[in-house]
Amino acid sequence: MLNYILARILTFVPTFIGVTLISFGFIRALPGDPIVVMAGERGLTEERYAELSAQYGFDQPIWIQFWDYLTGVLRGDLGQSFVTKRPVWDEFFALFPATLELSICAMIFAVVLGLPAGVIAAVNRGKFFDRALMSTALVGYSMPIFWWALLLIIVFSGILQWTPVSGRIDLLYFFPDPTGFMLIDSLASGQSGAFLSAVRHLLLPTIVLGTIPLAVIARQTRSAMLEVLGEDYIRTARAKGLAPGRINGIHALRNALIPVITVIGLSVGTLLAGAILTETIFSWPGIGKWMVDSIFRRDYPVVQGGLLLIAVMVMLVNLTVDMLYGVINPKIRKR
Amino acid sequence: MMPMKRDIATAVLLATLGASAASAQSLVYCSEGSPEGFDPALYTAGTTFDASSHPLYDKLVEFKTGTTEVVPGLAESWEVSDDGMTVTFKLREGVQFHSNDQFTPTRDLNADDVIFSFDRQGNSENPYNSVSGGTFEYYESMSMPDLVESIEKVDDYTVRFNLTRPEAPFIANMAMDFASILSKEYADAMMEAGTPEMLNQQPVGTGPFTFQAYQKDAVIRYLRNEDYWGDPAKVEALIFAITPDASVRYQKVQAGECHIMAYPNPADVQAMKDAEDIVVMEQEGLNVGYLAYNTNMEPFDNPNVRKALNMAIDKDAIIDVVFQGSGEVAKNPIPPTMWSYNDAVEDDEYDPEAARAMLEEEGVTDLSMKVWAMPVQRPYNPNARRMAELLQEDFAQVGVDVEIVSYEWGEYLERSKAEDRDGAVLLGWTGDNGDPDNFLAVLLGCDAVGNSNRANWCHEPFDEVIQEAKTKSTQEERTPLYEEAQVIFKEQAPWATIAHSVVFMTMRPEVEGYVVHPLGGHIFNQVGLSE
Repeated sequence: MLNYILARILTFVPTFIGVTLISFGFIRALPGDPIVVMAGERGLTEERYAELSAQYGFDQPIWIQFWDYLTGVLRGDLGQSFVTKRPVWDEFFALFPATLELSICAMIFAVVLGLPAGVIAAVNRGKFFDRALMSTALVGYSMPIFWWALLLIIVFSGILQWTPVSGRIDLLYFFPDPTGFMLIDSLASGQSGAFLSAVRHLLLPTIVLGTIPLAVIARQTRSAMLEVLGEDYIRTARAKGLAPGRINGIHALRNALIPVITVIGLSVGTLLAGAILTETIFSWPGIGKWMVDSIFRRDYPVVQGGLLLIAVMVMLVNLTVDMLYGVINPKIRKR
Repeated sequence: MMPMKRDIATAVLLATLGASAASAQSLVYCSEGSPEGFDPALYTAGTTFDASSHPLYDKLVEFKTGTTEVVPGLAESWEVSDDGMTVTFKLREGVQFHSNDQFTPTRDLNADDVIFSFDRQGNSENPYNSVSGGTFEYYESMSMPDLVESIEKVDDYTVRFNLTRPEAPFIANMAMDFASILSKEYADAMMEAGTPEMLNQQPVGTGPFTFQAYQKDAVIRYLRNEDYWGDPAKVEALIFAITPDASVRYQKVQAGECHIMAYPNPADVQAMKDAEDIVVMEQEGLNVGYLAYNTNMEPFDNPNVRKALNMAIDKDAIIDVVFQGSGEVAKNPIPPTMWSYNDAVEDDEYDPEAARAMLEEEGVTDLSMKVWAMPVQRPYNPNARRMAELLQEDFAQVGVDVEIVSYEWGEYLERSKAEDRDGAVLLGWTGDNGDPDNFLAVLLGCDAVGNSNRANWCHEPFDEVIQEAKTKSTQEERTPLYEEAQVIFKEQAPWATIAHSVVFMTMRPEVEGYVVHPLGGHIFNQVGLSE
């Protein structure tokens, strides 16, 4: 197992270098000069342009710029945002907990509902429940997020007034946020009602962000289960009279989990980086919106640094998924 | 361990105070975006100024809220020398800076603070010149480095600016956000503590609100400055709930989560006006959207051809389709809220027949031209592509064939400056200091050809008038000159003036005393809540 993990970690190195190169090249490949964009309609003189170019290091050959960036990254320095003039690290860590909290909740929502739904649909293959579930999943998968979000806001916040419209907590509450996770900080603050308010604020964004992964997980679980349910050993188990609950729950589900976990792992990556629409609509202060704004502003250090950090997160999630395969399937562990 | 415990205890105490304030007298503003920082001189975005210079800082002179008129601020009075080369400000006494966890001022505002606030922007030797990225774009773009020769401390409460040339708009520049006055004492203390960036992150000013906390991209909190020198703020706390989506902002106002919001979706405005418990205020923005011909190139060097094309444009249709009603037809290059706006000027009448005849008279047949459409939404033009398509149809009516081109925004801005550019450019401008010079000289002056003068139009009679207006120091003397300039502009038609946007503010009925500011800022210093 240890060798397996070490081997996986070794593959990090080339991936990491590749990611720095791509993140560096990607934003520069886009047309548009950050200095010109910054000046807008106002424009600037040639001298001022040269001055700013020198300040940002754009007057250096591209390979020197990359070298400076790469050595900076290895020293743990991701540079400073052109726009806010603050270190990229600070910005990332101010925003990342919000994204992570929302992603975790959305993932729990998707797994807790998606796994059983997929199993039940597979067991009742072709029956009404299966069809209803799978059509719903297809709708969920194809729904435009912004539309779905606004619909939920209008119904639950506007008409029924059950949930707040947006934000992370009622503005009435104000306390230090050492962890950045609102659920934890609100509990730690000891202010009555704060935790409940944080939960209420999480509900709609969790549902919106979790909808697509929920649909994907349900469909994936169903098809993996169907495949396993057709295997010989399941037929054997049935023949020897094992209870259906035991067959489905232990023998079938465990073997069906491998592709499902792969999908979950991939979804985590999407959730971390792909929450942009959800974050924008619910005024959720996370990294998705931060990245997109930075691309429009050609804020090179933020885009490079942000991409790199997100890539590292996704790599870590994949490593975890790989290790989970080992836990579920001893054959992989021993290989 | 102890200090941290104490910090938390203080925070909880503050929080309880904050909570009671929030329930009693907190004004919640749903803002459209995050500030870039809190030191206004470093930035150029209105969203940043709403969160920094308006609540937290004062300037030597201020724009009277709701007008572009300049009134005393931290300077009680000012004097311009007869030759216009020196401006002397007399400072108000007894003005206190805010305090925070790391700093308590030991003295009142004085001339050193004023000098520091400008010196750090213009003097590369100043230790604060390079802090926080150190780009002072507004200081640069208002030509302050060329204009200000030196700043002198006459005594503790008198500051003199020596200029390199007479410049009437200079006083209005001093009311702009980049001219906010910061505390030199705070700056020195932070430099000594090795945290100069605090000037930008934990702002200390003299304004009607003090800074309490900022959670990035989520909430900004301010408390009333109880020691404010002017009229104190009406509410105890001001909260910005950052809400980027316009539909969500409106939902929040309806649900009572915010009291007031900016930038509603134009499509929602009618429903807001019809809603019983929602108040909508509106005013023309300080901007203009235009189509600039390249007056260097044939046949657009002929004013009659430009005029004929202007007559072919159905501006009312553009207001309906592109602005969805949130705009007003522009006839002058400056907006109607600006002093010296010449309402006597008549717009070219929409008349395709006459336009076609006029083009034929000038010997222009089979004309084909390019129209440049910006790739981004701007306040003065929410959808340039759509506008270009409407122009294409209009010009087709008079036999002119239009090809629409577009580039990425940065490229667009650069390429459209070229003096040999092929085609007419859609662009616009939002005013900085409410001074007509900021439109007429910047966009149409001879000096700006090849830069912000996208029409490449250098017309001597026009340029003489606006240059003369610059040297006069009173508004009364300048107004007739700018009025004349607008008449010349209309005759010569270097642009088709298209629209001024209309700005809307949506609020709950309990909001009292909000005034729409023609310069575009959102100011809550004198806004209250009825019980």
